[in-house]
Amino acid sequence: MTRPAGGRVRQIVVRLARAVVLALVAVWTLFPIYYMLVLSFTPTAELFRPEYWVRNPTLESYRFVVFQQSVFVKYFWRWMGNSVLVAGVTMGAVLVISALGSFALGRLHFGLSRVISGMTLFTYIIPASFLSIPFFKIMADYDLLDTYWALIAAMTTFASPYALWVLWDYAKTIPPEIDESAAIDGAGLLTIFYRIYLPLVLPPLIAIGTYAFFFAWNEYLYAVLFLQSEHMFTLPISMGTFLTGDDAPWNLLMALSTIYAIPPVVFYYVFRRYLTHGLVSGAVQGM
Amino acid sequence: MANAVARPRGINGLVARSAAVFAPRARNLQGLLFCLPLIFLFIAFVVYPLYFEVTQALDRYTYEVLFADPIYVQTIVNTLTYVGVAVNVKLILALLLSGILQSDSRSVRFLSAIFLLPWAIPVLPGILSIRWMLSSQWGIMNLIMEDIGVGTVHWLASRWMAIGALITFHIWKYLPFWTVIFLAARRGIPRELYEAAAIDGAGPFQNFRFITFPMLKGIYLICSLLSMVFTLGDFTNVWLLTGGAPGDSTHVLATLAYRYTFLMGKIDWGVGVFATALPVTLLFIFILIKKIK
Repeated sequence: MTRPAGGRVRQIVVRLARAVVLALVAVWTLFPIYYMLVLSFTPTAELFRPEYWVRNPTLESYRFVVFQQSVFVKYFWRWMGNSVLVAGVTMGAVLVISALGSFALGRLHFGLSRVISGMTLFTYIIPASFLSIPFFKIMADYDLLDTYWALIAAMTTFASPYALWVLWDYAKTIPPEIDESAAIDGAGLLTIFYRIYLPLVLPPLIAIGTYAFFFAWNEYLYAVLFLQSEHMFTLPISMGTFLTGDDAPWNLLMALSTIYAIPPVVFYYVFRRYLTHGLVSGAVQGM
Repeated sequence: MANAVARPRGINGLVARSAAVFAPRARNLQGLLFCLPLIFLFIAFVVYPLYFEVTQALDRYTYEVLFADPIYVQTIVNTLTYVGVAVNVKLILALLLSGILQSDSRSVRFLSAIFLLPWAIPVLPGILSIRWMLSSQWGIMNLIMEDIGVGTVHWLASRWMAIGALITFHIWKYLPFWTVIFLAARRGIPRELYEAAAIDGAGPFQNFRFITFPMLKGIYLICSLLSMVFTLGDFTNVWLLTGGAPGDSTHVLATLAYRYTFLMGKIDWGVGVFATALPVTLLFIFILIKKIK
């Protein structure tokens, strides 16, 4: 097919316009991240002279954050450990809850499944902050403030619905004949769940597990409400405490930020396909 | 359901979707047992807190106090601005960008991978970076402003500038996510529709007007509602970016509730703040549950 000459000009213009838009998007997107890295490599002496790039890049901030205690970063390893612990337990709880629930909803087709799926969706959609005050009160009543349990309970509650939703979606695609033939061979319900269902949903289970881990890794509001002593902090609250005032050593904070941001970014790129599938197929987590 | 009876029966009441063979009562019990942890979480941490909130919030006196507080009234305006502007601008941009990113050439794919970074990194690093960029003394934004000859700007020092920064941050952080959603939705539109339109001589605008948008309308509506509910409850972004400053003029509902409850010790005021948004939120949630099912 031959194109008219005007068509070719228009094609070039369209391409050019697209390239310009994409370049702008790239700059807009990357600049704050680039700037975070720039600051994290800036020596303290040059911190208060804004530049577009680092003149004398140094790993000092990273070394300082990780290996040295300071007024600002007192317990790096403890905070890291807290974050890993809290996120790890949350991940375990979310996996168990969503695996059991998705099996029931996707494979059993029992009478209450509509109620339960509605309930799940409700929990998923209602903003976590709306429940924060009574949640805090419950934890205070049971003397659970400043413990990991309070935080884990909150994060499990708010991370489970989405996990369940994605798993349920997979569960529905497994042919029912598999369960039936297993049942005929004499497998009990738990055996089918454990021996047949779990291996089949292993890939999404892994994705969901990491999702839950990083949901907890990123959580700020409930952590700041529940955790009160400094050694109990998770990474995000420890950073958040320095937001007031410009006198904090921002290069240290940026080094800490970078260390804190790397795991979710890596995870995101590894599991991109699963996540987008889950995001689109069911409800959506975002803002 | 006629052939359901003919299907082989499982042993423990495990029943395939099409075959309702087993006694519903047994299945109900088993299903319930499997969902028990979920139901526990729901009752203990969703229903009970909501119940607490609603019962506490029924006190009329609380609202008389709240509406007498100018900060509360200001907060409602802030929240409506934040939700209204941030969500809509973000979604419209996402819709446009998804159109540009749709063509699958290499550079576009590379860019869309980069583009997702703001969503992948946690809120705090992003906020910290932007806070420092906007620092009126040492921030890079003022360096840029001076280099282009505008002069120093006090970014977070006035109410509307701070809210503008907040909206900008929101768009920066969440635009990628919704673009991906719309991209996926666009992929679901049958190619044949565009081919047929091309034969009729339709241009890109007509394509969008008569094919793309009508096909995306449903998901666009769901996304708007979802995003509005999430943004309505936003605490973290606002708290970390402005903290309500300057002078408590940039609070949104969640941060104001935090201030009342945890900084001033007025738990009933805090509950009252959330309760103001509860009717709208619940309405949206019920619409969404109907739509998403």
